Amino acid sequence: MTSAPPLPILKTSHLLGIEGLSPDEITALLDLADSYVVQNQAADKKTALLKGRTLINLFFEASTRTQSSFELAGKRLGADVMNMAVKTSSVSKGETLIDTASTLNAMRPDMLVVRHENAGAAELLSRKLTCSVINAGDGAHEHPTQALLDALTIRRRLGGFENRIVAICGDILHSRVARSNLRLLAMMGARVRLVAPRTLLPADADRFGVEVCTDMREGLKDADIVMMLRLQLERMGGAFIPSSREYFRFYGLDREKLAYAKPGALVMHPGPMNRGVEIASDIADDVEVSLIGEQVEMGVAARMAVLDALSRSVPCKSDSRGHA
Amino acid sequence: MNRRIAFRNARLIDPATGLDVKGGLLVENGRIADIGPRLFNDAEPNDPEVIDARGLVLAPGLIDACVHTGEPGAEHRETLASASDAAAAGGVTTMVVMPSTNPVIDEPSLVDFLLRRASATAKVRVAPVAALTKGRLGETMTEIGLLREAGAVAFSDGERTVANSRVLRRALAYAATFDALVMGHAEDPELTAGTSATESEFATRLGLPAAPAIAEAIIVARDLALIELTGARYHFAQISTRAALELIVAAKQRGLPVTCGVAAHHVILNELDVGSYYTFRKVTPPLRSEADRAAMAEGVASGAIDLLVSSHEPQGADTKRQPFAAAAAGTVGLETLLPTALSVHHNGADLATVLRAVTATPAKLLGLPGGTLAKGAPADLVLFDEGEPFVVEADKLHSRARNTAFEGRRFQGRARMTFVGGECVFKRN
Repeated sequence: MTSAPPLPILKTSHLLGIEGLSPDEITALLDLADSYVVQNQAADKKTALLKGRTLINLFFEASTRTQSSFELAGKRLGADVMNMAVKTSSVSKGETLIDTASTLNAMRPDMLVVRHENAGAAELLSRKLTCSVINAGDGAHEHPTQALLDALTIRRRLGGFENRIVAICGDILHSRVARSNLRLLAMMGARVRLVAPRTLLPADADRFGVEVCTDMREGLKDADIVMMLRLQLERMGGAFIPSSREYFRFYGLDREKLAYAKPGALVMHPGPMNRGVEIASDIADDVEVSLIGEQVEMGVAARMAVLDALSRSVPCKSDSRGHA
Repeated sequence: MNRRIAFRNARLIDPATGLDVKGGLLVENGRIADIGPRLFNDAEPNDPEVIDARGLVLAPGLIDACVHTGEPGAEHRETLASASDAAAAGGVTTMVVMPSTNPVIDEPSLVDFLLRRASATAKVRVAPVAALTKGRLGETMTEIGLLREAGAVAFSDGERTVANSRVLRRALAYAATFDALVMGHAEDPELTAGTSATESEFATRLGLPAAPAIAEAIIVARDLALIELTGARYHFAQISTRAALELIVAAKQRGLPVTCGVAAHHVILNELDVGSYYTFRKVTPPLRSEADRAAMAEGVASGAIDLLVSSHEPQGADTKRQPFAAAAAGTVGLETLLPTALSVHHNGADLATVLRAVTATPAKLLGLPGGTLAKGAPADLVLFDEGEPFVVEADKLHSRARNTAFEGRRFQGRARMTFVGGECVFKRN
């Protein structure tokens, strides 16, 4: 039996951010991801969809869950997966990002998953390389697969996004997860609130079609989902908060603050967590309210959906005017 | 040599003398020998070389008061010679070169080196700016007196703000002793550390590390207080915000010896032009809001901003083909300086006013010959068609470096011919 070729889902051959995707594309990706959740729960998790294709993980920043999640997603779809260990590569010998990526590109991979400390790194590579580029986090810009897996988790729990209140709390300023999530959730009809002290809110955050609060009681009121962000201590060039204990007192999620949210509200965290800084251990470990483990599971399915969708797209040439 | 060139039927504009008439101009021995509305009106002049400039403007050659070349230290990006090719094609007859080279121009012998290299290799005039502090480190002042004797026309740490107010206060007081001009850069070093954009909704969307625009006005306010204290002649090399301009205008009204300039890209482009991380539009200070851009254009149009500069900064693929935050800042601009001035004119400003900001004012401020069509002045001239439309194409630039922020931009008006000391150094075919 021969089946018809699968329908294309995405208009482009790269996944650089949530910005640029349409609600229809997101819905289609989430539908596809649902089917992979089922596949991942079966005993035989592997298909041959991407048989013969090569996926390279190029991570310039340390990552446990995202990198292994992409690796598993690729392998379960039958692709060959290679992980570039940047610390031991030529990058540490002064080679530029473009040169490293071009070298890998010359080995004819089909997909390159890239994480980099600088905003726009994935976009830059997408203009210079012939393979599909997937942004696995670029500076404080976007982390689209995280937003997709979060959306998948929420949709499976709540049935949809329309008029649901999602409070994104903590270090919004340095967070690509927050930027991708607020774009996706606002586009899908959810009410998004950003909750943080003023030092951790980006400029003009209120212009993103979201509510901005500096107080947890106000920010969590009636929330269906409380999404905590990691305090990115490694990105803090100056002092943004006076101390971890003061931060936990006013912005850390404990039972008392969670009680401000809607009864039965669910808690998410993209990981890795700073226990006792942004989230109390007893909440993180409470399977009744915490979706943290589920998010990781959904991550593999969401990334399989992305790889599947991109494999159906035709590579396209983009305009490079004004670029080096 | 007694070479004579006669221009006929030109629109002669000399902002220095207020002249704006149709007429002729005679060049003799590299200098302007005669000028006037009736010159060569009737008879063909008795000269071997006659240029009929009907429909064209003849103005003093431009003085670009902020140019970076790669010489010495980064000749693979740009040399004095290759920058001078671009200058000539842009109608720029004097490049005021900044000391941010490798080595930094902080020694009299290096000023001497630059002047010798320039006279041996460059086709336009070169006026060197020396560093204000040794190595541009903001710690110890340079030998301002000796550097001046060697030929430095001003003192600046380039695109670095002298962070230490005590060091700056002493350098300004010492410079005032010699009536030397200090050129400053206004960006609060701590507020802007590690950033590459202006804080705004747009920068937030792009996830770029950003600094608030007031990082400029904060330093302008401090420097103005130190100018008042020391009496030094001070020029803000390139401002980019309305807040800074308002402070400077108020200081001028109080009688402080202060002036300011703006770079062409801050007149033409705003922060949104960064688009999807166009590194060719990464500059220092970063592109600003549309309101600030409009204030810069108005400032040039009204004359409140004294100088318009290119802030020509050659970069290569190695430094620009990077993620935005990691890429080097700067754009080439020698060939888009005159078109930028003319774009301000086409938007309603008086032509003589905008030309003054690239001719008479920089000449006076820096004590340079030229910048005027007065009899006896060096025959540094540009002949241009103010209405000629063109599109900027990086491939067709004359500089070695091609990192223009204006790729694809439409302008009206550019140089047809450029003369330095009566010699034609550029002719557009």
